This record gives sequence, structure tokens and C-alpha cells, in this order.
Amino acid sequence: MSINTASPRRAGKRERDDEAPIERFGSTRRSRFTRHLLLSLVGLVMMYPLLWMLSSSLKPNSLIFDDLRLWPTEWAPSNYADGWTALDYDFGVYFTNSLVIVVLSIIGNLFSCSLAAYGFARLDFTGRKLFFVLMLGTMMLPGHVLLVPQYILFSKLGWLNTYYPLLVPNFLATNAFFIFLMVQFMRSLPKELDDAARIDGCGPFRTFWKVIMPLCTPAFATTAIFTFISVWNEFFGPLIYLTDPELYTVPLALRQFVDSEGQSQWGQMFAMSVLSLAPIIGFFIAGQKYLVKGIATTGLK
Amino acid sequence: MPAARERRGGRGPAAGRRRHRDRAGYLFLLPWFLGMLLVVIPFFASLYLAFTDYNLLNDPKWIGFENFREMFADPLYLQSLKVTFTYTFVSVPLSLAAALLVAMVLNRGVKGLPVYRAVFYLPSLLGASVAVVLLWREIFGREGIVNAFLGWFGVQGPSWTTDPDYALSMLIVLHVWTFGSPMVIFLAGLRQIPTMYYEAAAVDGASRWRQFRSITLPLLSPIIFFNLIQSLIASFQTFTQGFVMNNGSGGPANSTLFYNLYLYQQGFNQFHMGYASAMAWTLLIVIAVFTGLTFLSGKYWVHYDN
Repeated sequence: MSINTASPRRAGKRERDDEAPIERFGSTRRSRFTRHLLLSLVGLVMMYPLLWMLSSSLKPNSLIFDDLRLWPTEWAPSNYADGWTALDYDFGVYFTNSLVIVVLSIIGNLFSCSLAAYGFARLDFTGRKLFFVLMLGTMMLPGHVLLVPQYILFSKLGWLNTYYPLLVPNFLATNAFFIFLMVQFMRSLPKELDDAARIDGCGPFRTFWKVIMPLCTPAFATTAIFTFISVWNEFFGPLIYLTDPELYTVPLALRQFVDSEGQSQWGQMFAMSVLSLAPIIGFFIAGQKYLVKGIATTGLK
Repeated sequence: MPAARERRGGRGPAAGRRRHRDRAGYLFLLPWFLGMLLVVIPFFASLYLAFTDYNLLNDPKWIGFENFREMFADPLYLQSLKVTFTYTFVSVPLSLAAALLVAMVLNRGVKGLPVYRAVFYLPSLLGASVAVVLLWREIFGREGIVNAFLGWFGVQGPSWTTDPDYALSMLIVLHVWTFGSPMVIFLAGLRQIPTMYYEAAAVDGASRWRQFRSITLPLLSPIIFFNLIQSLIASFQTFTQGFVMNNGSGGPANSTLFYNLYLYQQGFNQFHMGYASAMAWTLLIVIAVFTGLTFLSGKYWVHYDN
């Protein structure tokens, strides 16, 4: 894992670097123009499906595949209202479910991973190295290996059809990526801070709470955003643990648009798809800085 | 200090301090320790179950290597292996190449870099979402925009979603569409390469290609290596794309029956928990072998600067 670890002190400088274009020698006006043309073209091709989805969500069904222009010639905003109530429960239920799971997962990850990270980054105790290696090992471990026994365990605990299987692991720091991210961040903070706090009579908990936590906001923001995106998108966990439609998350609900054999309500399906992606895109725009830094630090996706 | 650490147990102020110190550390790690129970126990439990016949209702019955023998005689299992390998070995190199190429263009210095980066990165956050897989089905549908576009060039596009020969390729396109996250990592790596190397090379008359071969590739190789391993591991575990494509069936004609999708069918539709565990462990071994091979090959192409 020798990926560059952006330390907060260097981070300030890098940020400015990031925004400013590096002008390489020998870069003529024509080559600059070609670059822009090329990049815009690729960008347009990549954005086109999303724009098409947005436009289709506002078109009447009959036009979606017949009129390929992005700007609808005929508007059908009713797709949103109809799609909202098209399934067993209205989408308000699914969005609330997803939101509850996401918010609790963020709290769980921030709480448990920051505690573990502080332990690994700053405290000295017997077996620390061994545990740290174990933690890194779980980062590489494909989750599907644990799937069957975890399912059996959760079903024995009577947790099927509840949110516990989706939430409890997040409160128990099972997401090693976030621990790793925070450890890297905490290690880059000057150790003198801890020493000063100790001399002032702070124990490890006060030091963690009063000194380290406030300085870790960037790492916490990265964790929160990544948790938001991955939990909001998560499909597999809810699929196996939730069978009662009242508990469905947004992705499970969306899938039902395909289940119903009618398959002609594309407008409604796209309308709800747009709504389901909107929070991710919103978070992305708001937190881009943290995301980019986060994946540059840990290679997280 | 090291001497004190060597001595275990014992009495006296040093040992007391150490116990106190240990207690603080373990308290911080308490949630993690409990979480590890949810990892370590299932890890070994699934290894045990892999050698049993278990359907959740009756007790697991030890059957030795029977599950594994059955697997390699199971045409659907072999099909899922083939689908996953094809998908991985086509889409991972393509998306990493796209990521590197675009990162290099961006790194040559363009105005509006944050905007471009955002546009290229955004799809990688959406690629695994149900909404986007549903969108992909419609884009590639018989009358979707992809075929309309091909139509402009007089090409009659196939029916991507229902033709077993093409269904997987539209998911490969979806994977390549998400090249943004390795791209951001490449970009961060490229920024660490001092410009003076290129300046010196240019003075010596090295061509662009030569500069790429002799400066960029070696200096970036640890990051290429890292991206490669990450992408391989993630790609072997693809699930949502295959599931949403055809309502969990892996169709058309099992052409998108990903490994984990078949594992899901075995474990959670038919409750063949032993078989599913055997599949999970086999995939773990496959992933470990490929990761190991990548590590070994790294000796020849990964250049560490120390």
C-alpha cells in the first residue's frame, strides 16, 4: 500500500496544485485545443446515458424510444407522480428506509472505525502489530466468503427481515478500508499534539475526543461520503436479508419495475431512477474534494 | 523501552503501566474485536460448510470433497466461471487502459481539470447501482440509443439484451464506463512524477512514446499494480449487474451468469448452503492465485523507488 498518503500539511499545497493546470513545456495552442476537444467528446459520450435518462424521465412513454432528441418535444412530468406510487408502497417509504439505513451506517462507521483507527495509529499495546496486519488482511478478503455463515448466524438470531444484519457490522468496524484511511490520516498529525495533551493531564480518551477527533474532519467527511454512496447503492445485502416489501430499500424497489411483466412504464422507471441517483450526484458535487483525496489515499472505490 | 516491552507479565511499576496502557488500547479496539468475531468465525465456518451438505433445516452432513467434485461436473458452474473470467479479463484491462490514457491527457495540463475529472469520475460512483443497470438495458435494448447510433452508419445493431452473444459485452461497456476511479488514482500518481524527468528526456531527444515507456510506466508501476489488483478482486465479485440484467436468472441463456450470481442462486434460492460455501472458497482461492501471480510478476515490472 505505498500509495501516496496525503498528509494534511501537504494537503493544503496539493489542493492548490490540483486546481491549477500544470503548463507543460512545448504545449502549443493547437495541442491544447485538441486536448479539450478530445476530453469534451469523451465526457459527452460518458454523460449522454445519464442525460438521456433524465430526458426520458420527462417524456411520455410513446416518445422515449421514438424521439431520441434530448430536449423533450412533449413533456410528461406526471411520470414522477405516477412512478412514486407505482409499486406496493409509495417511494416515500423506500426512500425513508434507505435514508435510515444510510444515516445509521454513517454513524456506525464513524464511531467504530475512528476508535479503532486511534488505537492503531496512536496507542501502544501488546499485539498491536499483529492486529493491524489482521485488519489489513480483512481489507483484501472478499466478502462473499463470509456470506453463508453470516446469513445463518443472523437468521438464528432472528434478524432476517430486520435492518440489523445491514447495520450491526458497521457499528463493529468491519469496514477495514475506513480504519486504514483514518489511520493514515491520524499518523500524519504531529505527535506533539498528543504529548501536549498528555502533559496537560488528558487520558487517551480525552485526547482522542478533544484533540484528534476535531482534526480528523476531512477523513471523517471522506468516510461519511463513501459510506453514503456504497450503502445507498447496496443491493446484495438488502436482497438477501429483506423480504418484506415494506422494508425495501430504493434499489430493491427499483428492481420491481422489471419484475412487473408489463414493462412499458419506462418513463416512471426512469423518473424513479433519476430520483434514486440524485442524492449520490448531490453528495458527489458537495464532497468531491474529499472523495478525490480519499481514493487517492487508499485506492478506495 | 524495547527492553521493557520484551518482558511479559511481571510486577512492579513498569508492568502496571503496561497493563494500563494495554487496557486503553483494547478499549479503543473493542468494537473492532467484536467485529472480527463476525469475520473470523464465519471465515472458518464457511470452510467447514464447504465440505458438508447443508440446507439450513437439517444439521450439516460431512461429505468430504463431494461439493467440489459436483461443481466441476456442473455445466452451470463452469458457465459462471467462464462468464466471470471473460468479463474480468476483457473489462479490467480495457478500463485500466482508458483510465491511464485519460489521466495522462489530463495531466498534460488542461484548464478546467476539476470539471473534467468530475465528469469522468461520476460514472464510477453510479456503475453498480440498480438504476444504471436498468438504464443500460434500455440504452442497449433493441430500439435503444446504441442501435439508433449504429443505424446512422448503416449498421444493424444486435438485440444486445436478449442475444446471448452480446449480453455480456454490454456489461463490459458498463464496466469500462466506470474507469473514473482508477483514473483519479492514476492522476494522483502522475502528479508525483517530477516534470524535470520529462524535460531532461526531451532535451535528450526522447520521443513521447519513449518518455512514456521509460519514465511514466516505471514510475507509475506501483500504482498500476495496485489498481490492477483492486480491479481484479472487485471484478471477480460482480453481482448486481448480472442480477438486474435479467431478473436474477443470469440470462439470456446464462450468458450473464456471474459467479456470485450462481452462488446466490445456489445458496439463497435453493438453500444449498454447503455447495455455496464450496463455491465461495473456490473463488477465494482463484482470487488469491491471481493476486499472488500479480504479486510475483510484479518483481519484473513494478519499480519501487527506494
